[in-house]
Amino acid sequence: MAEGSNQNTAQSAFGRFFDKVGRTSISGLEEVGRHGVMLVESLYWLIAGPRMSQPVRLGSVIAEMMEIGVRAIGIIGIMAAAIGAMLAIQGIYTLKVFGAEGHVVLGVAFSMVREFAPLITGILVAGRSGSALSARLGTMKINQELDALEVMGINPVRFLVVPSLIASLVMVPVLTFMSMALGLYAAALYVRATLGMTMAAFFDQTINVLSLDDLMHGLGKAAIFGVLIALIGVLNGFLVKGGAEGVGKATTRSVVQCISAIVVTDMLFALVATF
Amino acid sequence: MSEAATATVQEAPPEARTVIEVRDLVTHYGPREILHGVNVDIVEGEIMVIMGGSGSGKSTFLRHLMALQRPTSGSIKILDHDVWSLSQKQLFELRRKLGVAFQSGALFSSMTVGENIMLPLYEHTKLDRTTMEIMARMKLEVVELSGFEDLMPSELSGGMIKRAAVARALIMDPRILFFDEPSAGLDPVVSKQLDELILRLRDAMGMTICVVTHELDSAFTIADRITVLDQGNILFIGTVDELRSSASERIQNLLNRRSEEAEIDPDEYLRRLTGDKEEAEGMPR
Repeated sequence: MAEGSNQNTAQSAFGRFFDKVGRTSISGLEEVGRHGVMLVESLYWLIAGPRMSQPVRLGSVIAEMMEIGVRAIGIIGIMAAAIGAMLAIQGIYTLKVFGAEGHVVLGVAFSMVREFAPLITGILVAGRSGSALSARLGTMKINQELDALEVMGINPVRFLVVPSLIASLVMVPVLTFMSMALGLYAAALYVRATLGMTMAAFFDQTINVLSLDDLMHGLGKAAIFGVLIALIGVLNGFLVKGGAEGVGKATTRSVVQCISAIVVTDMLFALVATF
Repeated sequence: MSEAATATVQEAPPEARTVIEVRDLVTHYGPREILHGVNVDIVEGEIMVIMGGSGSGKSTFLRHLMALQRPTSGSIKILDHDVWSLSQKQLFELRRKLGVAFQSGALFSSMTVGENIMLPLYEHTKLDRTTMEIMARMKLEVVELSGFEDLMPSELSGGMIKRAAVARALIMDPRILFFDEPSAGLDPVVSKQLDELILRLRDAMGMTICVVTHELDSAFTIADRITVLDQGNILFIGTVDELRSSASERIQNLLNRRSEEAEIDPDEYLRRLTGDKEEAEGMPR
């Protein structure tokens, strides 16, 4: 009797586990679906908007570019320079074992351009702008500002989402390019100080080592990160429920989702691109 | 027969043009039915007040009237257009003929008062900036807020925010104006000023105005007709005098602000508090 009861308990725990796994998987798929719908809707308004007297305003796009891109230059520049210098420090330390410190340029150039510049830029923009987008839209939702837009005959996706999406798509690659340049420059400074290699020699070697494909690999990833950050930020804002606490939760969720999506996409992109 | 079915219903005057026609409106939130086949006509140039207690469905009903929410079944005609059979473009064009002053004002916090008011003009017209600014100042004058166009919404008081929201709602010269709880959170003096503003808008501009409120004094001051919603049904449609003289017990309870909740049995109350029947019975009395 007791054995039967234990078996039933084990079965129900097993059932609950699979039930939870199933529900989580379905809700994850729903989330992916919602992002897809938002992307399609944004493209629809970008293309069809002017015909429906709902054009995407260039002024709004530029304002978003300022917010997402220009105002992030300082922090991203500092981080990129620190990472470039760090790669040079670690590279020289490791290569010293083989007496091959001179090859540090190879490691720094590939890692910075293909990996670190897009990754660090994506993560910083996600923390800065992904969360800000969620907080802004979430607050607008609980203050009925999204309803106000609808009743004024202004589509919220066209008015709020599309400018952010375009700005993010353009500015994340631009910031990534800046990160590449600053990271390499900081690395060059360190290499000159420690190995006595001239800046010209460093950049000459860098240009020889890198191909256009490497540059496009980094910038292509950055463009995808830009789209992901905007979509995740916007969607979490639109789904806010329950007042100020809901806005806080959406903001946190947005940052966590953005960074997770960036890291996973980075891995998949690297896998596909080097296959 | 339900009380809702026997409710006093006054048809719209036959000579007046109906601008909003709601037929058999049913709506759900998940499995829960919120509105159970509502029928209402709102005629041109009148102030229709929609009243009801909390949870009566009046806010949901207003969202339907503003074409913000699709019903489960039934139809809503606004200015002779069946709202949910319109294309997206036609729906946007129809919405430009509607103005809404939301309960919270819903002014965009990142824009000044003037920019908030000019936004519909900026989005829907090709007017130059100077003309838009003049029009915004004219609307601010109507709501007695002239000179406040350069302030941010956070710098305004509750009553001023609501009046600025009215100015924004008026900027496209709408045919129908909706107010969601205009008096909520305002002191009696400011509330009275808003009532006077609503009456002025009807008299001076001939607008059709639909107000959702639970403030009886405000409703009696401004209403041409009143619709009373009760648990998702229409309990009454008629004039203020007809409402006052209604024999319906539920309406009298509403007018006298009496709760309809039955007296609670002390034992039952204890059981509810403890959430456990046996435990409640075992407690000392």
